[in-house]
Amino acid sequence: MIEPALAPLDVARIRADFPILERKINGAPLVYLDSAATTQKPNVVIDAIGNYYRTSNANVHRGVHSLGNEATDAFELGRRRVAQFIDADPAGLVFTRNTTEALNLVAASYAREMLQPGDRIVVTEMEHHSNLVPWQLASERAGLELAAIRLQDDGTLDMDDAERLLKPPTRLLSVTHQSNVLGTVNDLATLTRLAHAAGALVCVDAAQSVPHRPVSVRQLDCDFLAFSGHKMCGPMGIGVLWARPEPLNAMPPFQGGGSMILRVTLQHSSWNDVPHKFEAGTPDVASVVGLAAACDYIDNIGLTAICEHETRLTKRLLDVLTTIGDIDIHGPLDLTQRGGCVSFNVGNVHAHDVGTILDRTGIAVRAGHHCCQPLMQRLGVPATTRASTYLYTTPNEIDALGEGLAEVKRVFRV
Amino acid sequence: MVGFSNTTPVEDDLYREIVLEHYSHPRHRGELETASSRVDATNPLCGDELSLAWRVEGGRISGIAFSGRGCSISMASASMLCEALDGQDMATAADIAARFRSMLLDKGPSDGLGDLEALRGVAAYPVRIKCAVLAWNALLQELAGTAETEP
Ligand SMILES: Cc1ncc(COP(=O)(O)O)c(C=O)c1O
Repeated sequence: MIEPALAPLDVARIRADFPILERKINGAPLVYLDSAATTQKPNVVIDAIGNYYRTSNANVHRGVHSLGNEATDAFELGRRRVAQFIDADPAGLVFTRNTTEALNLVAASYAREMLQPGDRIVVTEMEHHSNLVPWQLASERAGLELAAIRLQDDGTLDMDDAERLLKPPTRLLSVTHQSNVLGTVNDLATLTRLAHAAGALVCVDAAQSVPHRPVSVRQLDCDFLAFSGHKMCGPMGIGVLWARPEPLNAMPPFQGGGSMILRVTLQHSSWNDVPHKFEAGTPDVASVVGLAAACDYIDNIGLTAICEHETRLTKRLLDVLTTIGDIDIHGPLDLTQRGGCVSFNVGNVHAHDVGTILDRTGIAVRAGHHCCQPLMQRLGVPATTRASTYLYTTPNEIDALGEGLAEVKRVFRV
Repeated sequence: MVGFSNTTPVEDDLYREIVLEHYSHPRHRGELETASSRVDATNPLCGDELSLAWRVEGGRISGIAFSGRGCSISMASASMLCEALDGQDMATAADIAARFRSMLLDKGPSDGLGDLEALRGVAAYPVRIKCAVLAWNALLQELAGTAETEP
């Protein structure tokens, strides 16, 4: 994964593309280390959205006027562009509001409707609530069993436990590609092989991977994949579910309404083709246009180069945390097993106190349970502090975090 | 690039000595076996959890304790709550709680609030106000029998 052949990113030039990075917070320059929550947006994305509204706005897939046609073209072009980003067939690419809605779609239309009582869904102990609660809801409604692959102390999955659970009656594995807390990049190749051998489908929560490393659904060989535009320089309010044609064609609709139908009578309706069958109502066309611009922006810089940049920053971050002392780092230390999102605890100091002291000098980190309460229980902490990087993060910002953490230790006498 | 020396020390407003002291040596922490009232509070945003229990005898709080875990502000505030309300009659307890909330939410006066005044600095940190009022909201909710005390 670490091929030092590529030239390092020109981070100064990249930062000039993100107007918000010029902001001062509490009198200090913003040090934004919360990209795992949402990333900042470059001018090209902000402009693409503005320009769509200024020049091409109309409703899509209805009417015959030229502007409507232009908007429909922009929407469908966006679908093809985003599909290309994950090496997928656009016919399997459904636009949703976010990762959460994409996973709820699979839970409602696949798990709840197509699985049988007694079938098992497998998740892991490190899942975001959005890749856990939808399966709980579906399991309760459809009489399914829900099991979780155990986490080892080093923050990686227990593959023996995976092997034990990925057997009949398991029909679906839903797993995160990269943990939003631990940074762990899961061994999807092995998990997918085990699941498929057991006759189970594989759903990947790619919210933290698609933005940060090259992802190909063909190579992953998964059946469903979900991610959010706002974590990859795109706007909030747009997300993606990609699915293989076999489950997608067989699944009943998620929501009913305009666009998803072929023919409607007072009593019955028939469904439009996929992906439209799963896109009821007026879509967020401007956000699709913005997401397509984000794909262009990221590809122009190169995901491999971004991934290398983040690996270098993560190394520095882990070094800084280790040097400061009295800091518990959660998740693997091996850079080949993790991404640029590092959770830690400073002595016994609560993550909120850490976050507040850092915020006083403009350092934005996430403090809390990160929508992973079962993982917090497994780690035995109420909350963690998380610093996460992206293409615009600089080594100086990592060092600023180090200074901030030294201040935390001073105030709380750690 | 960051100058912690250039800013007001955080100990001057948020983390006053007395607050950190209550945090590291909480008063009334534990269970109260003979409680007549018990209430749980959680801050779903951050996962803070707190239980407050007290005993009323002859119209006065004759015992009070808290347990749970959370940040320095929520835990210090719970400890200070117990210290301030232990032995008070119910009307005074409700009055102190209302004035404490007003100090943080409306920047109201802190006269007569004693040590609780040390939490005044929290008012300047909007995201932390919820932490400071967690125990107090729970108390007021239980006293009023309603849930109308969200900040
Ligand atoms: C791993 C993971 N899954 C799912 C989500 C949910 O994403 P969203 O809130 O955009 O639906 C997030 C982000 O918060 C995440 O990090």
